[in-house]
Amino acid sequence: MSNLEDLYREVILDHYRTPRNRGELPPPATCTEGTNPLCGDEIKIFLNVIDGIVQDVRFSGHGCSISQASASMMTAIVKGKSLADVRAVARRFKQLMTIEEDDGTTPADIRLGDIEALQGVVKYPVRIKCAVLGWNTLLQGLNSTDA
Amino acid sequence: MTLNVAAIRQQFPMLAKQINGKPIHYLDSANSSHKPNCVIDAMSAFMREGYAPIGRSSYTLAGEASAAYEGARTKVAKFINARSSREVIFTKNATESMNLVAQSWGRANLGKGDAILLTHMEHHANIVPWQMLAKESGFEIRWVPLTKDFQLDLSSLDQLLRGVKAFSFTSMSNVLGTINPTREMCAAAHAAGAIAIVDGCQSVPHMATDVQALGADMLAFSSHKMCGPTGVGVLWAREELLEAMPPFLGGGGMISEVSLDGFTYAELPHKFEAGTPPIVEVIGLGAAVDFLNGIGMNEVRRHEIELTNYAYHALTQRYGDDITIHGPTNPELRGATFSFAFRDVHPHDVSQVLDQHNVCVRAGHHCAKPLMRLIGANATARASMYLYSDESDVDALVEALGDVSSIF
Ligand SMILES: Cc1ncc(COP(=O)(O)O)c(C=O)c1O
Repeated sequence: MSNLEDLYREVILDHYRTPRNRGELPPPATCTEGTNPLCGDEIKIFLNVIDGIVQDVRFSGHGCSISQASASMMTAIVKGKSLADVRAVARRFKQLMTIEEDDGTTPADIRLGDIEALQGVVKYPVRIKCAVLGWNTLLQGLNSTDA
Repeated sequence: MTLNVAAIRQQFPMLAKQINGKPIHYLDSANSSHKPNCVIDAMSAFMREGYAPIGRSSYTLAGEASAAYEGARTKVAKFINARSSREVIFTKNATESMNLVAQSWGRANLGKGDAILLTHMEHHANIVPWQMLAKESGFEIRWVPLTKDFQLDLSSLDQLLRGVKAFSFTSMSNVLGTINPTREMCAAAHAAGAIAIVDGCQSVPHMATDVQALGADMLAFSSHKMCGPTGVGVLWAREELLEAMPPFLGGGGMISEVSLDGFTYAELPHKFEAGTPPIVEVIGLGAAVDFLNGIGMNEVRRHEIELTNYAYHALTQRYGDDITIHGPTNPELRGATFSFAFRDVHPHDVSQVLDQHNVCVRAGHHCAKPLMRLIGANATARASMYLYSDESDVDALVEALGDVSSIF
């Protein structure tokens, strides 16, 4: 069981059992949908960006503990951040998941905090997709907000 | 147990594999089966001693290889009681067989104002090829719904079949395990003037198949789910239908004459086998058929009924309301494939914890998204068994689920 404890850390199970910022936001907040066609997981990210700051964020949908906990932690960290910082956090997260290389451009003060607990996912490559589903959907939402 | 499963298991080298010093419990046979030594050996012996291109060259070696390839076709034809081996077409897999049917028979026979009938339990392989064609040809696709106890609701079948040209359905659901009344459904199709196309992927590996007794017009299945190798599938169809159908893929092997002005095509079954076929894999499939015949398909079915019964009771006795099995409860009406929900734990998490115990189950939508939506799940965990599965595999599953319970 020791390996599984790396994957299912207490903080992850906590976010899974009691997700933060779960729900929806009415317009003018944007809504972006993401799916993982492999396992059928679906997620919606609601974003309210005012003056370049994420004023509010919510997520809904269904998925495994990893995708739900990751989305919950993500909403907690990006709330109140500037769009540039949100993108930097997302980049740092993808570096943690080993799907992006650290090119040294992410500012040192961009930290992931609790989210580091998801590092155990890297040992289970098929689950990386679960962990990044919410993040990719958020980035997609940001891109459409910019446009 | 009716079968000597211990002796059977010894013939499957993959089943002896250990991970982290512990045996594996392979419960994903509905997805793909493992291969016995006789299949592995037949393929390797053929490559070492019998290999040559088939059908094109006149030297002795090529003649012998062709005879071996055609011998495998005859074995497959007998295995499903086809009238003639000309009715057996080798494809890449069942998915290609269904695409062949849609693109060849469908394109020639379906247009605006026509309709086909499918069911809510189909695998994407028996949905998407028709949808692709319907987009171009504009025919209607109708659906047989499900009952609450995971059977097809055939109460309005005659009405649904009115004006339908083809009824294409699975003989056994790869998600629910439900075995459909194939013979009655074929008869109903014929009474309505439709042809009956059977997706036999899940039934052919697990029970005796007699296409003449079933009254089917076409049957598709894959070698890799019946102890054979990947890379080869089968389309069986009645000779009159195949004769009337235009070729699907064009190229070498399927022609009789080619000039700059056009071509004429070869006789059955070569008309539908363009290009160099998977020769080695067909030899392997032939060996798999011999292996299954040696055990007896009725014995396989009886074993799986017993194991289904055992698994059903073991799972429900230990976990009661914590486990929901999506499928018929009567083992006579279902195959040994269990899709289940464990409390509200996501199937991915279930399979992850089971994997820690070397219990291999599939989590996901099982290529049947419309059906998943109907049973109200985005995904399920699925444990599926075969002739080499035994109580120890079921027990390992039951034990490992205890861990899921304690983590979530
Ligand atoms: C009912 C059913 N139909 C079709 C298929 C497709 O088989 P293949 O992937 O070998 O083409 C499968 C296999 O998953 C199946 O279970």
